[in-house]
Amino acid sequence: MPRVSLFVTCIVDQVFPQVGLAMAGVLDRAGCEIEFREAQTCCGQPAFNSGYRREARTVAEYFLQVFEDADYIVVPSGSCASMIAHHYAELFDAGDTRIAGLASRVWEFSRFLVDVLHVEDVGARLERVATYHDGCHALREMRTKEAPRRLLEHVRGLRLAEMDAAEECCGFGGTFSVKFPEVSGGMARTKIDSILRSGAEIVVSTDSSCLMQIQGVLSRAGTGVRTMHLAEVLDSR
Amino acid sequence: MAEPYQHKIANALGDPKLQLAIYSATGRLADGRRRTVSTEAFPDYQELRQHAHEIKKHTLNHLDFYLQELERNVEARGGRVIWARDGQEARAFIRNLARERATNLIVKSKSMTTEEIHLNEHLAQDGIEAVETDLGEYILQLAGEKPFHIIAPALHKTREDIAHLFERRLHAAHETTPERLTAIARAALREKFLEAGIGITGANFLVADSGIVVLVENEGNARLSCSAPRIHVAVSGIEKVIPRAQDLGVFLNLLGRSATGQPLSVYTSFLSGPRREGELDGPEEFYLVLLDNGRTKVLADAEKRQSLYCIRCGACLNNCPVYRKIGGYSYPWVYSGPIGKILTPQFMGVHQDPWLPFASSLCGACAEVCPVKIEIPKILLALRAEITEAGIQKGGMLEKLAFRMWAWLMRHPRIYERVAPVAAAAASRLPRAGPLKAWLSQRDLPPLARRSFRQLWRERRK
Repeated sequence: MPRVSLFVTCIVDQVFPQVGLAMAGVLDRAGCEIEFREAQTCCGQPAFNSGYRREARTVAEYFLQVFEDADYIVVPSGSCASMIAHHYAELFDAGDTRIAGLASRVWEFSRFLVDVLHVEDVGARLERVATYHDGCHALREMRTKEAPRRLLEHVRGLRLAEMDAAEECCGFGGTFSVKFPEVSGGMARTKIDSILRSGAEIVVSTDSSCLMQIQGVLSRAGTGVRTMHLAEVLDSR
Repeated sequence: MAEPYQHKIANALGDPKLQLAIYSATGRLADGRRRTVSTEAFPDYQELRQHAHEIKKHTLNHLDFYLQELERNVEARGGRVIWARDGQEARAFIRNLARERATNLIVKSKSMTTEEIHLNEHLAQDGIEAVETDLGEYILQLAGEKPFHIIAPALHKTREDIAHLFERRLHAAHETTPERLTAIARAALREKFLEAGIGITGANFLVADSGIVVLVENEGNARLSCSAPRIHVAVSGIEKVIPRAQDLGVFLNLLGRSATGQPLSVYTSFLSGPRREGELDGPEEFYLVLLDNGRTKVLADAEKRQSLYCIRCGACLNNCPVYRKIGGYSYPWVYSGPIGKILTPQFMGVHQDPWLPFASSLCGACAEVCPVKIEIPKILLALRAEITEAGIQKGGMLEKLAFRMWAWLMRHPRIYERVAPVAAAAASRLPRAGPLKAWLSQRDLPPLARRSFRQLWRERRK
């Protein structure tokens, strides 16, 4: 039975706690031994992406301390997982033992299910037409392309309607969304045009931050389309 | 952000005609690339990219060696190499050459390097007319504008725009078909080709082992620019050198595909200096101006050196969701798009436009399509760190303080747990200002969860 330590990311913890619960539910049913370390906070990405390396490093050191002896660290975000698995290497010396082997311990949720647990059918049911948004860091840094789609294909009642711009950025980009709001908003509107063309009722992704941006624009535009994190879809029955 | 750019960005976003022009043109180029590098069309693409990356890496790490080899071989073929530390030295050489050879008309083919040193404007001040002969560049020269895109400079101009421009500037009849418009430009340019004393081109590749300059184009104007006038001057950045002629098999296969979706561009010219005895054509004199203009400064930085691998294909622009919104004129220098975002701060200094490396969602689409695998997002992050370190951003002190406090809070989970909901509740009651106002200007905000995950988890465990 794989021992899984959940890293629930700051945005899921504070804004979308149901995503964390859904992820825990799915992993539990898939036979994992789950723990949640209450000392955890954030991966440090907001500081790192804003150019504050010292601050990012102190938060990263704290993260590594919290998860020091964890076997698998599973994250409901490709972006936060990538920060830990790939970008910590830029904050520490190459020989630092704390980051050794980190990339094989930190997993984005959908790829953990498919590539580590070898589970594609989690027994979910959801009667919806869904389209899948490839979060940029999930796609390009964590190679998360097939896993979420395989999982969605096994959801009973769900039909996957791919949009034409699935791989195009939603425009969130962390502080970019508030430093360049018009550009970010313009990117999001291009994204939702593609979503609406797909005819989907829900937009699914591995990242709550992308979904917060997409939901914000979908709701501002007065559409009835809503967003769901992949974990929430897989937890539906 | 610097005020003038804020306006430029707002103008681009607010112009639906421009938005459509950018979207369709970059979309066509990006689609073309995608088709010609697909696994079915080109199975070795990824291996070739890696190979190109390795060649560039090796060459830049031994740039002094290859530049000297290049110089020896260019001179052995009867050409001359001019080393220009900056734009001023390059321009002075060309101006003096024009004076010595008593010509005041130059034809030019498309070259971002000459844009970089504002060659045309300076020559004009000295009474020398430099005429752009690439159709897009010619249109822009008539309009008094700069390139909007690295390879498709007049991408933002519609046929109607061009028809009006030709009527006004060339007194041509009102024509709107591409064929007729091209014919008008061609007739005007033909005269210039025949009269010009000097032809100036850029260079796509400089081959060290054979001393040749390689030019890639679709219109034939570059070939004419270096063969019709008596004198050919090629202006190139020092980073364009590649070791061997056989390396062209790698780069030519990547350049056309990445740029326009062509397996090979229409014309590829291999220029080996001036005409020799017994040869029928070619210029009488050949000069290669090798320009530094900040490149050795970039070379000195081991991490960001890879910025110099760029072969100017423009794929990163076509695939950049930010460029596709804000267009080429929203960037402060001649190089726009993702590559411009990393070149500008390194060439001009991070102090010049400290907002530029932040104008990216770090989506990574640029790095994914780059034929020489430049890690653009990684370089953007490094530049961001340099900028915050130097404390030169507007509002930077406040932001730094906020991140310090945040980093402290993130290491104190119990305090964080208590502070986070209070801060969020306070923010929702405060007047809409700062980041919250910026967010709400574009989209709705989800309500904060009444209880955080950690609280819910704890309750569940009980």
